[in-house]
Amino acid sequence: MSTPDIIDTLAGIKPGSELDAIRAKRVQARDNAQKSYLSLFQPIDAGDFLLLERAAVAAFVTGLHGESPVATFYREKLAASADGARLVEVIEAEIARGKTSGPYGSFPAGPLSIENTAGLIYRVSAASKPALGTRLIAALEHAHLLVFRPRDAASTDMKALLAAGWSNTGIVTFSQLVAFLSFQVRVVSGLRTLAAANA
Amino acid sequence: MSATVNPPVVFTQDELGWVSWIEPLPEAELTERHYAGLVDRARAKSEYFRLLVRDPEVLEARTKTDKDIFYNVADGLPRAERELAAAATSRYNGCIYCASVHARFASTYSKRREDVQRLLDEGVSADLGERWNAVVKASVALASTPIAFGPDNIAELRSAGLDDAEIVDVINGASFFNWANRLMLSLGEPSK
Repeated sequence: MSTPDIIDTLAGIKPGSELDAIRAKRVQARDNAQKSYLSLFQPIDAGDFLLLERAAVAAFVTGLHGESPVATFYREKLAASADGARLVEVIEAEIARGKTSGPYGSFPAGPLSIENTAGLIYRVSAASKPALGTRLIAALEHAHLLVFRPRDAASTDMKALLAAGWSNTGIVTFSQLVAFLSFQVRVVSGLRTLAAANA
Repeated sequence: MSATVNPPVVFTQDELGWVSWIEPLPEAELTERHYAGLVDRARAKSEYFRLLVRDPEVLEARTKTDKDIFYNVADGLPRAERELAAAATSRYNGCIYCASVHARFASTYSKRREDVQRLLDEGVSADLGERWNAVVKASVALASTPIAFGPDNIAELRSAGLDDAEIVDVINGASFFNWANRLMLSLGEPSK
């Protein structure tokens, strides 16, 4: 029987259940998914990517995936963060504006171009900009790209983040956070679906 | 950041390089903390890992998650089908680099190179037989946003012969590539 980790908590997996036993067969993956979460949200050094920024991006990214226990968890995390409560409504408004269906975007020009799919190129609303500030405006716009149209990513997107005040190291951790959440939200959804099928 | 980049324009099982758009750490600046993050010291030669090692704790945890999901084959889904889930996810998200690596692995472990190539050429709707179709379809449903994975996917995987532990391997493998694809696609680009 395992001590519940964040994925167990979000997926509703109880100690001693069948899914707990299955997760225990991949103990290194289980432990390191937890360490990934902890190193992103309780880092040794948050200098290049502030804790408030992490919470705001996480609430935005998980909210873009639709309402779920994961989205609720990160919204509450933002609300509980220092100076975070004032951002909850702003992030909610941006989630509502940014929600769409993915993945879409363009392939490198060539035979794959016939698979190009157009979709929303999200930009933060003028109303939300003062509350978010330059760094978070750039972060939300890039996070939306990562969630819905990662194949559109270009070197100019890195330049936009650098120009908004993100360091190289900050960009790496920010990209990891969005990418990790893309993993976590899917594992939780998959395990919940499997548990429900067995109920 | 090499001078000449020659990006592939189709999905391939060939070996590709990868070039960062922002600055990796120079090898000479790596400390023991960084080597712990790299897990395998040889990864210090890779531009991709020297970029990700800017956050060594996250890289270490990511790498160990990855290795257990794919390499721990003491039980559960055969390696070939874990790699199929990775390749299908990468094909659907559009990560030519990730697809090349994991399509090669899927071919190596399954001995079904032509079927793997059809996944790359025709896309995720290629007919690869009941069992592979179920794995590909589940991977695609998981990669979609909003997530489209549902009870029908579980039923199809079971009807194709997968037990719950093997289904969890599909969920883990496909979900992990939603992590990997986003890093590979957005921090740099593949080069032939």
